[in-house]
Amino acid sequence: MKNGKLMVLPTVAWLSLFFVIPMLIVVAVSFASRTAYGQVVFNFTFANYARITESLYLSIFAQTFIVAVITTLFTIVMAYPLAYYIASLPKKWQQPGLILVMVPFWINFLIRSYAWVIILRTQGVLNTILMKLGLITIPMQFLYNDMAVLLGMIYSLLPFMVLPVYVSIEQLDRRLLEAASDLGASPFTAFRKVTLPLTMPGVAAGTILVFISSLGMFIVPDVMGGAKSALIGNVIQNQFLSARDWPFGSALSIVLAVMSLVLIILYYKAIQGQKGGKSQNA
Amino acid sequence: MKEMVRVQGIKKVFDDTVVIPGLDLIINDGEFLTLLGPSGCGKTTLLRMIAGLETPTEGTIYLDGKDMTKLPPYKRDVNMVFQNYALFPHMDVEENIRFGLKMKQVPKDEQDVRVEKLLKLTHLEKFRHRFPSEMSGGQQQRVAIARALVNNPKVLLLDEPLGALDYQLRKKLQIELKNLQRQLGITFIFVTHDQEEALTMSDRIVVMNEGEIEQDDTPGNLYHKPQTRFVAKFIGETNFLEQEDGSTNVMRPEKLNLCPEGFHGQDHPKPKLFGTITDVIFYGTIDKVFVKLDDSEQKVVAYQYFDDIKKWQAGERVGIWWYPQDEVMVHK
Repeated sequence: MKNGKLMVLPTVAWLSLFFVIPMLIVVAVSFASRTAYGQVVFNFTFANYARITESLYLSIFAQTFIVAVITTLFTIVMAYPLAYYIASLPKKWQQPGLILVMVPFWINFLIRSYAWVIILRTQGVLNTILMKLGLITIPMQFLYNDMAVLLGMIYSLLPFMVLPVYVSIEQLDRRLLEAASDLGASPFTAFRKVTLPLTMPGVAAGTILVFISSLGMFIVPDVMGGAKSALIGNVIQNQFLSARDWPFGSALSIVLAVMSLVLIILYYKAIQGQKGGKSQNA
Repeated sequence: MKEMVRVQGIKKVFDDTVVIPGLDLIINDGEFLTLLGPSGCGKTTLLRMIAGLETPTEGTIYLDGKDMTKLPPYKRDVNMVFQNYALFPHMDVEENIRFGLKMKQVPKDEQDVRVEKLLKLTHLEKFRHRFPSEMSGGQQQRVAIARALVNNPKVLLLDEPLGALDYQLRKKLQIELKNLQRQLGITFIFVTHDQEEALTMSDRIVVMNEGEIEQDDTPGNLYHKPQTRFVAKFIGETNFLEQEDGSTNVMRPEKLNLCPEGFHGQDHPKPKLFGTITDVIFYGTIDKVFVKLDDSEQKVVAYQYFDDIKKWQAGERVGIWWYPQDEVMVHK
C-alpha cells in the first residue's frame, strides 16, 4: 500500500507543477489589482469579476457563445456526412481519408489563417477569379466581418468533429442495420432509428471539443475578423499583452475556464452514454 | 404440401470466389428445414439471399409463389434471427420487439397485443424494460426470436442462433425452439454446423458442401442411409469399409457386432472381418471398442453397452459381423 501511494507521486508532482500551480496563480491574480504601470498588487478584490458584468464584456461573452454555437452546428452538419463517407469507404481507403482530414494540422495554424486572408482579401484569389469571370465588377468584402470569423472557425475546428464522429460510425455494428432492414426499416429509417442514435455519443464528444475550442479561439478573429469582431479570446489576449491588466485578464480566463469545465463534465457524461450504448455480443 | 420458398438456379459469386455454383431447393409451408454444413459451405449465404441481405448473382427466389429476388430485405415477408442476435443496444426489450411493428405501421393497440403475446411466449415479461447489455446470452437470444416472430413472418430464418451459448442452454433452447415452431406452424429455415442440433430439431435437413447440396433428406435417412461419403462423415460416427468394386460400405458403429474370433453362434451372420482390439474407451452410456483390422492399418470402432454380458478387453482377437440389410454402399 505504501509503495502504491509513492507511485502516484510523480504524477501528482507533474500535475501540481504544470497544472495546479499555474491555475492557482491565475486564480490569485484574478483577485488582485494593477497599478497604473501594469504591476500586479495583491489586495484581494472582486472588482475584476464585477467588471465582467459590464454590458460590454457580457455582450462579448454572448457574442463568443453565439459564434461557438453556430460553429459547432456547422461542423456537425459538415462533419457527419464526411465521417460517414470515410467510414463507408473500403478499409484500405479509410486511413488515407482520415489522414487527409488531419493534414492541415501539420501546418502552423497562423499560416493557415493567413492563407485564408490571401484567398479572401479584396485583391485576393477569390475576388480576382470572380472579376475575371465577370461575375462582379468591384471586389467584394469577404474578410473582416463575422462571416469570415465563422468561416475560419469552422475550417479550423472541423477535424475535431470529424474524428470522434468517424470513430462512432466506424464502431457501429453493421449487423444492426441489417437487422433494421430485415425488420422493415428503409435505409433512411434505419439511419434515423439506429445509426443516428448510436452515433450520437460521437457527435456529443465532437460538440464538446469544438465548442470549447471555439470559446477560447483568438487567432481566427484576430486575423480574419479585424478589429470589429472581438471574441472573449481576443479580449483576454489584449488584457495580457496590450492593456497589461493581468488581474482582469485572469478573471476573464477563470470565467471562461469554469464554462469549459461545465462542458467537460457534460463531455464525460456523453462518454458514459457511449459505453452504455455499445452493442453487446455474447 | 404447400410450397413456401422456392430457390431456383441460384448462383452466388463474391469477387472471384464462387460460393454457390448453382442450387435448387423447395421449402414447404410449416416445415422445419435445416441447412447443415461445415463453415464456408454457403449455407449462411443461401439464408442471407432468402432474407435479401445478399443478392444472387444468378437465379430466382420465390416466396409463397411470388418472385422476390429483387426485393430489398425491408419489403420481404421473412424475418431473421441473427447469429449474434444484433439487438438494438439503445432500446429495451419491449422496444426491440416493437421495432418491426412500428416499421410496418401496425396500429398501436395491435402492437401492444402482439408484443405482449411474444413476451409471454418467450418468457420475457419480467425483462421487458431491460437493455440487451443487462441480459445473459440465452435471454438475448429469446429477445432476438421474439423480435423476429412478432412480425408474423411467412418464414423465420435462423442463422446459427444457438452457436454462442453453452452446451446445457443450447440443449434447452433447441427443445424450446422446436416446440415454438410446432406451436406457431411457421416455416423455419435454420442454419447450423452442428449435426446433433440438426438431427434433433429438423423435419428435413439439407446437407451442403462447397455450395452444393450433398443430400436433402429426413434426419433418419441422413443418419441411416447417407448417400455420400461426405454426409456419412459429417453426420455421426462412421466406419468406412472400402469395397473391391471401388464403393464404400459406411457402417455406423452401433451396427457392427463383435464375437470371439473362433466362436460364433448360428443365430447371426458369419463375421466378415477379423482383428485385434486396441482400445476400449468409456463414454458414459457406451464404451467405444477400437479394433485394428488384420491385413490393413485401418481401425474400426464398435460400441459395447453397459448391459452387454461380454466385456471386451484390449488385446483380444475378435470377428466383426453385421446384418446385410445394415450395409450402406456409397459411390462418391
